[in-house]
Amino acid sequence: MFRFFLRRVALTLPTFVALMFVTFVAVRLVPGDPIEARTGERGIAPERLAMLRHDLGLDQPVWQQFLHYANGILHGDFGVSIVTKTPILHEFAILFPATLELAFCGLIFAIVLGIPAGVIAAVKRGSIFDHSVMTVALAGYSMPIFWWGLLLIMFMSEYLGLTPVSGRMDLINYYFEPVTGFMLIDSLLSDQEGAFGAAVAHLILPSIVLGTIPLAVIARMTRSSMLEVLSEDYVRTARAKGLSPLRVVGLHALRNALIPVVTVIGLQTGTLLAGAVLTETIFAWPGVGKWLIESISRRDYPALQGGIMLISGIVILVNLIVDLLYVAINPRIRHGG
Amino acid sequence: MADDPVLNATAAAVPADALVETVPPEVSPLRAFWSAFSENRGAVLGLAVVVFITLLAIFAPVLALHSPIEQFREHVLLPPVWAGGEWAFPFGTDAVGRDVLSRLIYGARISLGIGLSVMLVSVAVGIVLGLAAAFLRGIVEVVVMRVMDLVVAIPSLVLAILVVAVLGPSLTNTIVAVTVVYLPRYVRLVRAAAMAELSKEYVVAAQVAGVGRLRLMFVTVLPNCLAPLIVQAALGISDAILEAAALGFLGLGAQPPTPEWGAMLADSREFIRSAPWIVTLPGLAILVTVVAINLMGDGLRDALDPKLRRS
Repeated sequence: MFRFFLRRVALTLPTFVALMFVTFVAVRLVPGDPIEARTGERGIAPERLAMLRHDLGLDQPVWQQFLHYANGILHGDFGVSIVTKTPILHEFAILFPATLELAFCGLIFAIVLGIPAGVIAAVKRGSIFDHSVMTVALAGYSMPIFWWGLLLIMFMSEYLGLTPVSGRMDLINYYFEPVTGFMLIDSLLSDQEGAFGAAVAHLILPSIVLGTIPLAVIARMTRSSMLEVLSEDYVRTARAKGLSPLRVVGLHALRNALIPVVTVIGLQTGTLLAGAVLTETIFAWPGVGKWLIESISRRDYPALQGGIMLISGIVILVNLIVDLLYVAINPRIRHGG
Repeated sequence: MADDPVLNATAAAVPADALVETVPPEVSPLRAFWSAFSENRGAVLGLAVVVFITLLAIFAPVLALHSPIEQFREHVLLPPVWAGGEWAFPFGTDAVGRDVLSRLIYGARISLGIGLSVMLVSVAVGIVLGLAAAFLRGIVEVVVMRVMDLVVAIPSLVLAILVVAVLGPSLTNTIVAVTVVYLPRYVRLVRAAAMAELSKEYVVAAQVAGVGRLRLMFVTVLPNCLAPLIVQAALGISDAILEAAALGFLGLGAQPPTPEWGAMLADSREFIRSAPWIVTLPGLAILVTVVAINLMGDGLRDALDPKLRRS
């Protein structure tokens, strides 16, 4: 088991190195010189240009530049934003809690609705409920979530006036210093009446939008996993013993049916972070997804490079943890390790 | 075989014409496929919708009432006919007076075009890389599969954004970006399917018979890996359409005035309140197309690849 863990971790390292390489090369392929991009059209004296190039290490051989870049990343230096002149890791750290909070709430929405829906659909296989769940799941799975977000804003915010249109907080009525970066926690800590409610209200629509695809995936997975387990002998035995259907489904079947579902939930990290780019853009949510898109339009390539490196690094790490946990909770899988 | 006493005895005891009758009538593979496929009503519905949208795309110049980029400045933000608009613009007009219906019809060309191009290129490249990894093993396999692992590790849209940021936003680069994102699926699938076939007797027999490596790869093994590949390719079209629309929505895909559905949505954002139809219709077009292709893909999977059949 320990050897498997070590091997799985070791296999992740080349992926990290390759990721560094890809982000490094990609940014160098962008047309235009980074110095010229900064100095604009007025031009620059050749000596000054040489000095700037030297400062940025652009006069070194490319492989040295790459080693320098990789060394920086290993020491937590992801470069400096061209626009704001602040370290990228710092900008990312400020914005990431917003994305994390949104992704977490989206995932909770997907799990809380998806697992019960999948279980009931499996138990009542072939019923109207089953067909409805599968139809909704198909629609959810096929949903262009950016359109879904606009529809929800149109109906819930503009037509019914139930939820705010955008942002994380009602900044006109409430202001407090960020402590944790998580609006739900900070609003509670601030002791301002109504602040927590406002934070929740801002989270509802973005969470639904971001959680829609994971919801469809989780519901489908739970249903098919549950159907498989329900036909097992031990479930029939439990039924034959005269246990109540609720006990059979809830206790005996669900526990085993959930193993693949837990894995699928873990593997939603990539979907959630990719979805966050769209969701944050629609709802003007100040997270890393919106920041990434803005850094493209501002031609802030170091920010784009560092942001993609950080986001992908997080996904790789989470997938690694999910893999390891899967082995830990399911001793039947040994992966030949 | 000819010395088998049991077989010879049976052949002798049963008259020849009776033997012929016990053999089921020959069913052509296409007919067998259709009877399995048409069992699934959703799949047939999906196929019908896909055919309809494809016809719209092909005959767009005939069917569309106006040019997709012509601006009728005297008819800006005209509502659809059911909301009091004019028959000249059945689905209304957008903020610069372009006919929404015509743009949607031409948009079908773009979205289906992207979906098909991405699918064809990634299937072709996927077959080559997947077969190379399965047959050559060694360093080729390690490099190909590690690169695919990396591509999978980066969230799909984020990777597509990186590619577009490097190449610049355009329709062609959207196709390149989305192809890169979806390539690993095909490579992994072809490699896994080919490796499963490699140990089978017919492959060994072909090898013993002296079949060359290329012929072995593409003529002997590949046809037996096609079923899962076709299923994945069908479902891959819908994913490519969604991904390309997302890039268009972010302003990183098709550029104005191209009537791409995602880009149309991006243009419509500020009219949520005043002109809901230009927000609703392009998204509905994306959803219907993607649902139809997914339904069709599910049916294909059930018909072609019974191992993957959903319970």
